[in-house]
Amino acid sequence: MFGLDKKDAKLLLIVAALVLFAPFLLNPFPTDSAMAQFNAGYPDLMQRFVIFGIFAIGFNILFGLTGYLSFGHAAFLGVGSYSAVWMFKLLSMNVVPAIILSVIVSGLFAVVIGYVSLRRSGIYFSILTLAFAQMSFALAYSVLTPITGGETGLQLALDDPRILGVAQTEGGNIPVPGIFGLEMRSTAELAIGPWEFVFNVGYYFSGILMLAAFYLAIRIFRSPFGMMLRAVKSNQQRMSYTGLNPKPYTLAAFVISGMYAGLAGGLMAAMDPLAGAERMFWTASGEVVLMTILGGVGTLIGPVLGAGAIKYMENIISKINSEILHGWFAFMPDGLEDLIVALIYPFIGKGWHLTLGIIFMLVVIFLPGGLVEGGQKIARLFGRKKAADDETPGKSTEPAE
Amino acid sequence: MGILEVKDVNKRFGGLQALGDVNLSVRENTVHAIIGPNGAGKSTLLNCLVGKLIPDTGSVMFDGKSVLGRSPHEINQMGISRVFQTPEIFGDLTVMENMMIPLFARRDGAYRLHAIESVQSEKSLIEQAETMLEDVNMLDKRHMHSASMSRGDKRRLEMAMCLVQNPKLLLLDEPTAGMARADTNNTIDLLKEIKEKRDITIAIIEHDMHVVFSLADRITVLAQGTPLVEDEPQNIKGHPKVQEAYLGEAH
Ligand SMILES: Nc1ncnc2c1ncn2[C@@H]1O[C@H](COP(=O)(O)OP(=O)(O)OP(=O)(O)O)[C@@H](O)[C@H]1O
Ligand SMILES: [Mg+2]
Repeated sequence: MFGLDKKDAKLLLIVAALVLFAPFLLNPFPTDSAMAQFNAGYPDLMQRFVIFGIFAIGFNILFGLTGYLSFGHAAFLGVGSYSAVWMFKLLSMNVVPAIILSVIVSGLFAVVIGYVSLRRSGIYFSILTLAFAQMSFALAYSVLTPITGGETGLQLALDDPRILGVAQTEGGNIPVPGIFGLEMRSTAELAIGPWEFVFNVGYYFSGILMLAAFYLAIRIFRSPFGMMLRAVKSNQQRMSYTGLNPKPYTLAAFVISGMYAGLAGGLMAAMDPLAGAERMFWTASGEVVLMTILGGVGTLIGPVLGAGAIKYMENIISKINSEILHGWFAFMPDGLEDLIVALIYPFIGKGWHLTLGIIFMLVVIFLPGGLVEGGQKIARLFGRKKAADDETPGKSTEPAE
Repeated sequence: MGILEVKDVNKRFGGLQALGDVNLSVRENTVHAIIGPNGAGKSTLLNCLVGKLIPDTGSVMFDGKSVLGRSPHEINQMGISRVFQTPEIFGDLTVMENMMIPLFARRDGAYRLHAIESVQSEKSLIEQAETMLEDVNMLDKRHMHSASMSRGDKRRLEMAMCLVQNPKLLLLDEPTAGMARADTNNTIDLLKEIKEKRDITIAIIEHDMHVVFSLADRITVLAQGTPLVEDEPQNIKGHPKVQEAYLGEAH
């Protein structure tokens, strides 16, 4: 199906089903229950799941296949956001031209940065990409203020031209991003008993693009090009004595992953039409590295899982405060309650970074293949050697007989 | 004129003269063996042929064109494939994938990007890869992770990767080192068969004299970076200079 073999088609269908039914799956707890804390099925967070999913899928094409570890991919995210906001300012609030420009501009940026950075490999490559991204951040923050809005970021204004749209709505407001009239923020709600589910246009728009991005990534993984990228990682010397020039392959992977990042950046602006330099900051570049490693480097589904896990922790665990904890453990005798709350407290709220750090260390030490490897182990434990273990990169693209 | 013409090649590493005035002419469709003691400069000579090293002076012509100043992938595309002294394979990939990469390189050139087609749909290349694996008795290992194989198997795989490209000139750097006797004999048979079937020129570096005398049409003896003698095998065996420099010493 779609030019994929059975296992890949199955994986794609599973991911498609997850995206489609996410509003249900992520809101398993009734709205008024104590566990509603853990519901993640609200538009803002669901959008982030799929947008960072795209970012990580693209990053994995570079890092997972070629082994080149970029520490500067947030630069492309930022460039994508700025491009999209400029389209909103100049052309119209339609998100389609906006994200097309995001992808093109970030692709061009990636050609330049990739061409220079790929002259080196290993740690020097990483440092070069980091330097480029920090330079972009600093420029966006200062010298390029007319283009980037500097410290305040790039925002829409009532006097923007928007030549194909309207400068302001009839009510005198700034129009909102949409796709051919359908606003990204429009939302439908469905209440079933005590449960509430939210369906948001922006989420489904981003979700469909993530599926397209995921599908393209599978095709790349299974293609001769994908095999060459793994050859780059494995033995560049053998590659050149086999008559292949590793450079253009690696650059192509770099540019493709930069375009994925640009798409993610454009979508961020499409959900919320502003762009700031902090989107390019090195911590944002580091985040996508963490997502990819946490989920499983070089696997198809890993980066999506990693992005989901990190965004979930960032948004859910960070919201838990000591009052909520006391609420949970109220049934205990007071002394014990205070003790337990005191023990858990460092790991919640602002302490979610600590939780993430510990989980990350545990994964790297015990599951070098990331959450995907964890999933495989669990699947094997249950005796079901399912699709998951076909994820191992070594097996993935071998030609069938 | 040979298909490969090496003229007055010199290569120094600091104070060490690794190659001194090397002249070598390899005739088309012959097997030319290069023998000599350890450190004689045999591998260095091959490095100068495939673009790994650039000689300090001299010229290297292949098929009437100079190889000097070309990068390794260009030289391979001219028709030279090389098996290294320590196996160079794609260790992270399966045996079959190792075979597919040289086939793609031969068919599509140094950088064609097939990003959307699937590897599995390349039926005719897969068939070629499998036939070649069959010839080196490795078809049963085709799904193996190549890094996990024995050294001898890695060498056979590397040789298959080179042969499947159908090179005009095949360079072999001690192809049977680390192989079991039976595999060595298979390799000899395979090379003989290939030589009969195809137009191929082979330059082989080898310490195993059984292999050398089974295959070689001509032999060059290299010692301390300089060719001592070049002759037909029967004249090499008893040659006093060779005895002195090489055969008498270790073998
Ligand atoms: N890249 C290099 N840098 C410095 N010295 C080198 C280099 N390559 C080879 N040499 C030296 O040049 C000399 C010739 O080495 P070479 O590897 O060509 O010998 P060889 O004939 O292949 O020997 P062997 O039979 O052991 O493989 C040796 O003394 C070696 O140490
Ligand atoms: Mg050697």
